[in-house]
Amino acid sequence: MSEYLLCLILFSIGLYCVVRKRNLIKIIIGIGIMEYAANLFFVLAGYRKTGRSPIFSADQQVLNMVDPLPQAVVLTAIVIGLALTLLLVAVSIKIYEKYGTFDITKINKLKG
Amino acid sequence: MIEINLLLIFMIAGALIAVRVKDLLSSVIAVGAVGIALSLGFLILKAPDLAMMQLVVEILSLIILIRATIRKDIPFSMSGGWTFNTSATIVFLALFLAVAFFALKGMPVFGNALMRVSGAYITQSPALGAKNIVAAIMLNFRALDTLGEATVLFTAIVGVLAVARKIGHKKES
Repeated sequence: MSEYLLCLILFSIGLYCVVRKRNLIKIIIGIGIMEYAANLFFVLAGYRKTGRSPIFSADQQVLNMVDPLPQAVVLTAIVIGLALTLLLVAVSIKIYEKYGTFDITKINKLKG
Repeated sequence: MIEINLLLIFMIAGALIAVRVKDLLSSVIAVGAVGIALSLGFLILKAPDLAMMQLVVEILSLIILIRATIRKDIPFSMSGGWTFNTSATIVFLALFLAVAFFALKGMPVFGNALMRVSGAYITQSPALGAKNIVAAIMLNFRALDTLGEATVLFTAIVGVLAVARKIGHKKES
């Protein structure tokens, strides 16, 4: 179970970074760390001790390969994570051009 | 599995450095190290497709993040709002850890996946002529998911183009 617990600690570091830090780039980095931890957790949950990679060969049977379904799901999630990072960085660059800072407490032109 | 434990400890150290360090460029480089270690971890966990994909995506996102932070490493202040920030952090972390505790109690032991759904996929995919089962699941059994992924990518690119373009509206005088 120590793998699951270490994965949980990694996710907690990302959550701390998102909630506590006040720099936009740090928040994007925290979201990235959370995404890494979630992807790794999926693959860890599908691992088998005696398993091989899920590719057919002559002596390959159902029970001696790792679970391929979480890998297919995570393959989709990785690409969507790239799209998320791209969009967040584009919005932050625009905010930097307008306000001249990445600090989220200084971005207060909307305050009444 | 001592290798995956060591890699996870390395990833936690890299993430801590990325969170704590003041310089933004160093922070981005540290998170890149975490991503490369994740790629190695996928390789150890017998997922070669994921390792390749993670390597490519990590390099791309590192380039994008460096583009955002280059020559803009402004030190940020930590004054003001300390009690609210800390209490919000504690509440969120406690909520997450409580949910994770109940979720982990229902998980099977590490190394003994159930494979209730993917057993059917594995037994059916030789009839489809697919050698790589991950590719068979992505392109045959769950092709609609892949279509949705392509839609999300297209939408994100359209959003980036709409946000990041230089030309504004021309005012009619």
